Amino acid sequence: MTMHTSRRGFLKGAAATAATAATVFTIGVNPQGALAAAADGGNFTPFVKIAPDGQVIAILKHFEMGEGTTTGLTTLIAEELGINLDDVDIEFAPSDNTRYKNLAFGMQGTGGSTAIFNSFQQYRQAGAAAREMLIGAAAAAWNVKASDLTLDNGLITGAGNSAPLGEFAAAAAKRPVPENLRLKDPSEFKLIGNPDTSRRDNVPKTTGTAQFAMDVHLDGQIVAVIKRSPRFGGTVKSVDAGAASKIAGFVNAVAMPTKTGVLVYAKNTWAAFQAREAIKVEWDFSKAENRSSEEIKATLLAAVDTDPEYNAKEGADLAATRTALDGAAKVIEQEFYLPYLAHAPMEPLTCTIEPTADGVVLHDGCQFPAGAHPALAAVLKLPPEKIRINTLYAGGSFGRRATMTADYHVEAAIAFAMSGGKRPVKLVWSREDDLSGGYYRPAYAHKVRVGLDARGRIVAWDHRIAGQSIFTGTAFAAAVVKNGIDRTSIEGVYDSLYDIPGQFVGLTNLQTPITPNWWRSVGHSQTAFVMESMMDMVAEAAGRDPLAYRLEYLNHGGKDQQRLAGVLKLAAEKAGWGTPPAKGRSRGIAVHKSFRSYVAQVVEISRNADGAVKIENVVCAVDCGIAVNPDIVKAQMEGGIGYGIGHAMRDEITFENGEVVQQNFPDYEPLRIGDIAAIETHIVPSAEAPTGVGEPGLPPSAPALANAIAVGGPRVTMLPMNKHGIAFA
Amino acid sequence: MATNLKVNGKALNVEAAPGTPLLWVIRDELQLTGTKFGCGVAACGACTVHVNGEPTRSCQTFIEDVDGASVTTIEGLESKVAKAVQTAWVEKNVVQCGYCQSGQIMSAVGLLTENAKPSVEQIDEYMAGNVCRCATYQRIRAAVQRASEILEA
Repeated sequence: MTMHTSRRGFLKGAAATAATAATVFTIGVNPQGALAAAADGGNFTPFVKIAPDGQVIAILKHFEMGEGTTTGLTTLIAEELGINLDDVDIEFAPSDNTRYKNLAFGMQGTGGSTAIFNSFQQYRQAGAAAREMLIGAAAAAWNVKASDLTLDNGLITGAGNSAPLGEFAAAAAKRPVPENLRLKDPSEFKLIGNPDTSRRDNVPKTTGTAQFAMDVHLDGQIVAVIKRSPRFGGTVKSVDAGAASKIAGFVNAVAMPTKTGVLVYAKNTWAAFQAREAIKVEWDFSKAENRSSEEIKATLLAAVDTDPEYNAKEGADLAATRTALDGAAKVIEQEFYLPYLAHAPMEPLTCTIEPTADGVVLHDGCQFPAGAHPALAAVLKLPPEKIRINTLYAGGSFGRRATMTADYHVEAAIAFAMSGGKRPVKLVWSREDDLSGGYYRPAYAHKVRVGLDARGRIVAWDHRIAGQSIFTGTAFAAAVVKNGIDRTSIEGVYDSLYDIPGQFVGLTNLQTPITPNWWRSVGHSQTAFVMESMMDMVAEAAGRDPLAYRLEYLNHGGKDQQRLAGVLKLAAEKAGWGTPPAKGRSRGIAVHKSFRSYVAQVVEISRNADGAVKIENVVCAVDCGIAVNPDIVKAQMEGGIGYGIGHAMRDEITFENGEVVQQNFPDYEPLRIGDIAAIETHIVPSAEAPTGVGEPGLPPSAPALANAIAVGGPRVTMLPMNKHGIAFA
Repeated sequence: MATNLKVNGKALNVEAAPGTPLLWVIRDELQLTGTKFGCGVAACGACTVHVNGEPTRSCQTFIEDVDGASVTTIEGLESKVAKAVQTAWVEKNVVQCGYCQSGQIMSAVGLLTENAKPSVEQIDEYMAGNVCRCATYQRIRAAVQRASEILEA
């Protein structure tokens, strides 16, 4: 489905799309329709289509969960093609791991803040290839030299001729894909870096017409919901669906072959929810996680207080670190605890499987086609080519829509297969399913001992981490887990850009049946809080300003450190660091590199008469290389800050006897509009290739808040803050 | 049970059991999917519609309670206030994932219909029931202020 996102295109409507779909010309594909020679190199792949009416359509290999790829990728094509951004329609790519793979992963999927990072050259080249082919076709038709023609604002002009590019779409599609493309010099950019770009998804998302997976409604479809084991690892013993039979629209209920839950089918969503309530299931918890989160917390805190399972920093010498600590003039020692967290995207998980003549279509806001596609093939015993994925807008993800088990796709496939496979089956999760259904950011404990010499200089840093590895035992373990050490458990600590002498990093894994997952900014979501809280505590112990102290550890002159110091100084300057805040206010600072980008933040708070904290302002500085869409970079910083601060303020997933306590938003209270009074973001001008922005805004936000609170208030090291002595106004 | 109501100006006779949330009638029966399901317990505002002009959480509004009522969903927005809000939302690039934005807009239209020039505090108070997990809040605040300006012009 092509989405007409411009107002003009939107009015043209779906009828036009249907009429032209069959005769669309794909630029970047040779006349036989096969991929051009360099398919594996990723340079010339079919990312641009032109309809006979001249409508240019960008084919997007990354889905849109709000991060702005529909605008970003389209900007890259439009820039090089020579067309106004508003004149390009968009279409999500089909599932095709060869043509549409993420060049950062080698497989099709979105995540790790890589969409623009991995597409920057590829999508520009696709636009440039289309431009060259269109100009070549026009030159041939007009019998002039291609070098005399230009393509700008969608018009091919030169040698006394001018015509819209669409006139040459058919001829251009037959031309060979050029090999040596000239990409624009950044000085020629009109769209890349333009601060006034309007998001391509603005209109559908402000008129209610954007299609999300939850909005799929196919003829004859039934809705499936799952009554899952209330404890991780529990299995179905018996099912009594008697009471559900009275509910109008209830179809049937059946235990899943995995025994992890009971599938409940109904004719509509409400009937399915009601029937699920009515069904009684007896569970076997003998192999389940039956502990409470307090027990897990105690276990993790005990683990960081003893010898670690792994020495997680290559070359680190625990004995030397211990000796240095013993000889230190002062030792700062602190425990930290970061709880389990749910992603809770606004759109609860859902997808629909539709039968076709010889296969199926998955309708989904599909984050990782490379995972969902083979998962469906395996469950449904279908050859992969019989499966299509129709990617729709996704109502947020924060990591949840991509799991290493393709969990909800597998559930949907089982639901489809067990219904007989004759009619579309829509799997729907409720908010209760979402919060209690697992795939959490796992809890982590840290214990850090930092030794200072008499001048307040760091001489040793003994850092112990304990928590559940998210990659161990998964299909991706080989790439991320080395000798038992999951890099994402320790990232942001072992590779800190600070020049920390005598750093030891110890890791203890605590694997449980509770399903873990990456959560916006992955390991950095926990490690930055600890590192940046500690840096403040150490600076305080040394009697130094937290900004100046950090900068002293970022001064060996390497580019990485310079960029990190650059954002730190910029955020500090814009926040007025060095001039005292207004009476009753205090500021905290933090900085962190993640996903190749550098972000610093200054949080300013006030306290009311009762001491309750109000977040007055967050000043953010980001260095993400070239900002393709500066306003979207800012929006992602705002989002990352809100997500980071909101959870740190008051969210946690806890367990009582293995059962999740938080069932819906009132128990997992999201950030609300009044929680942060203002956020301002400053982007460091850069000529470096673009890097990620979806996640890097998050890591510094919570420690910057904690550091602000610690000025004249308590030092919070256990999250969430509101459960550990901090009241918010 | 049959319920008579108007949805986006159209008179309808809906057959649904008492206790059925208006949300599911709108989404599953009428297939007006701009109104979203977010929590089902009136804690997020994604399902906000107007019932007789008042922003209302449709997930906790039962079908029997809207007999004779006039319901407006995001698809039926036509007022001058609504157009100003939608224009301002585009100008400020408010949306990210977009899933909550129908509800945000329905609430914002309610606010500006009641109070054409709300203060920041009034905006924060009125919009507090609408969750955005992407945290587009400061743009929502700016867009409400911008819509207010558009209406004043």
